[in-house]
Amino acid sequence: MLRLLTIEFHKLKYNRASKVLSLIYFGLLTCIALIAAIKFDIGPIKFHLAEIGIFNFPYIWHFNTYIAAILKFFLLLVIVSMMSNEYSYKTLKQNLIDGLSKKEFILSKFYTVIVFALISTLFVFLVSLILGLFYSDYTELAIITSDLQYLLAFFIKLVGFFSMGLFFGILVKRSAFAVGAMVVWFFIESIFKGYLFWTFKDSENTTEKVDGVMQFLPFEAMANLIKEPFSRLGAVRSVASQIGETFSKSYAVDFSTVVIVSVWTFIFIYLSFTLLKKRDL
Amino acid sequence: METILSLKNLDKKYGAVHAVNNLSFDIQKGNVYGILGPNGSGKSTTLGIILNVVNRTSGEFSWFDGKLSTHEALKKVGAIIERPNFYPYMTAVQNLKLICTIKGISSEKIDEKLKTVNLYDRRDSKFKTFSLGMKQRLAIASALLNDPEILILDEPTNGLDPQGIHEIRQIIQKIASTGTTILLASHLLDEVEKVCSHVVVIRKGIKLYSGRVDEMTTSNGLFELKVEENEANLLLELEKHPSILKVTKEHDIVIATLNDTLTASEMNSFLFKKGIVLSHLVKRKPSLEQQFLDLTNNN
Repeated sequence: MLRLLTIEFHKLKYNRASKVLSLIYFGLLTCIALIAAIKFDIGPIKFHLAEIGIFNFPYIWHFNTYIAAILKFFLLLVIVSMMSNEYSYKTLKQNLIDGLSKKEFILSKFYTVIVFALISTLFVFLVSLILGLFYSDYTELAIITSDLQYLLAFFIKLVGFFSMGLFFGILVKRSAFAVGAMVVWFFIESIFKGYLFWTFKDSENTTEKVDGVMQFLPFEAMANLIKEPFSRLGAVRSVASQIGETFSKSYAVDFSTVVIVSVWTFIFIYLSFTLLKKRDL
Repeated sequence: METILSLKNLDKKYGAVHAVNNLSFDIQKGNVYGILGPNGSGKSTTLGIILNVVNRTSGEFSWFDGKLSTHEALKKVGAIIERPNFYPYMTAVQNLKLICTIKGISSEKIDEKLKTVNLYDRRDSKFKTFSLGMKQRLAIASALLNDPEILILDEPTNGLDPQGIHEIRQIIQKIASTGTTILLASHLLDEVEKVCSHVVVIRKGIKLYSGRVDEMTTSNGLFELKVEENEANLLLELEKHPSILKVTKEHDIVIATLNDTLTASEMNSFLFKKGIVLSHLVKRKPSLEQQFLDLTNNN
């Protein structure tokens, strides 16, 4: 395993585009901290984001993983290009001739995805911990360590998303088209969701039925892992209750969603392997 | 003798195209093999199959008597296929280091191999700045990193200028002289003739011949003859000789093909007795090119 990781990081280390994108990604992750500095001070309206409770433990785990997950697109470009470059440089062929097996080839990519996801999770953990210790109203250990499942969800989400990137990279063989194909898939899922809404429009609890089907599709499942945190915020809630709206939504990380995304991850990696095995180079 | 590679009834179909048809041959340790065949005869496909990049339709092949799985065996093989493929953004040394990691060997031989192919001075230049000849030489260096049991070269001089071709050939001959087993696929016959002891001839995926180069045709050789004058008399006498199959003329040289053994001195004294004085007499085997054409035309 170490050998496979060494091989893959050797390839990435000298690639300037990958290096720059990774740096931007981790730079932006750190920049989450800058949200703390958002401050409006217009006469009577004083608004300091850090002081309305977004950095309170354990809410910060939810909020920061949600925001950090948006940045995953930077790393997706690195992941997709590390796969499709092997085709465009024809180095995949050379790797196999040099004695890498097709299984090892896929595994080296997958391990890299896991390492990237792990580092990201660790990064988000540290940034959130530091921010929280600075701004949170509660800093008891029990409260800090509650809701850490959001970090697990974040990790699973990244691994699933990047595995999808690997699969499209190997399927399409060109980075730009692979990312394009993922966007197309996303639209197909959205259109399918719209179609489901239309189909179930006359039945009771339409939303539940639609979600019942949609939860099994990859993009939807990945989105379900970490639900939007904004309506959970105390300040937002109090505003909402003033206008007579109550939220009765579950924000928890569902175990079933974790399973669904893990299954998709397996499918994407296994399909990549099958594709590679069947293809003549 | 130790068998390094053995192919049994190998078959590959691309749709309707039968690229490799029931191909069987063995590669023994220490010999230099050439795979000969016109373009599109299935040479590269065959090499692709044994190198794990092309899937076979049916048949078997085994490395080192089947003692190792294909990808494990390939770590003891050095191979370059058609065009050199490296990471353009890495330098020569970085590319070779990567290959060492893949093959699971130490990187201490990188400098030595770069010197072998005269690339040591450019070791820290990026691969994308290399000329085709340099790329091909780097490919050879990469194939030599593990001191391979067998070196597989597919059209190593394709697309190179005459100087590049000359350099690559010298390197190959140098490697061959160290006793390394080599498998060289080419459609350039003089290339094969210069370095190979054995050949496998294939056409349209079918094996026409496999064995020693000098046993390829059952020819007894031929004579190149020239006289200053009275050439008609020479032709007449040659045609009457029982050991001579046919007489042809190429420019001002008469070619007499033998159907029986006949030494040069016998020929010389025979003609001298007939009153013909030669200004040029050479006995030689037919060129590989001639043998190859005979073989591919007769089958």
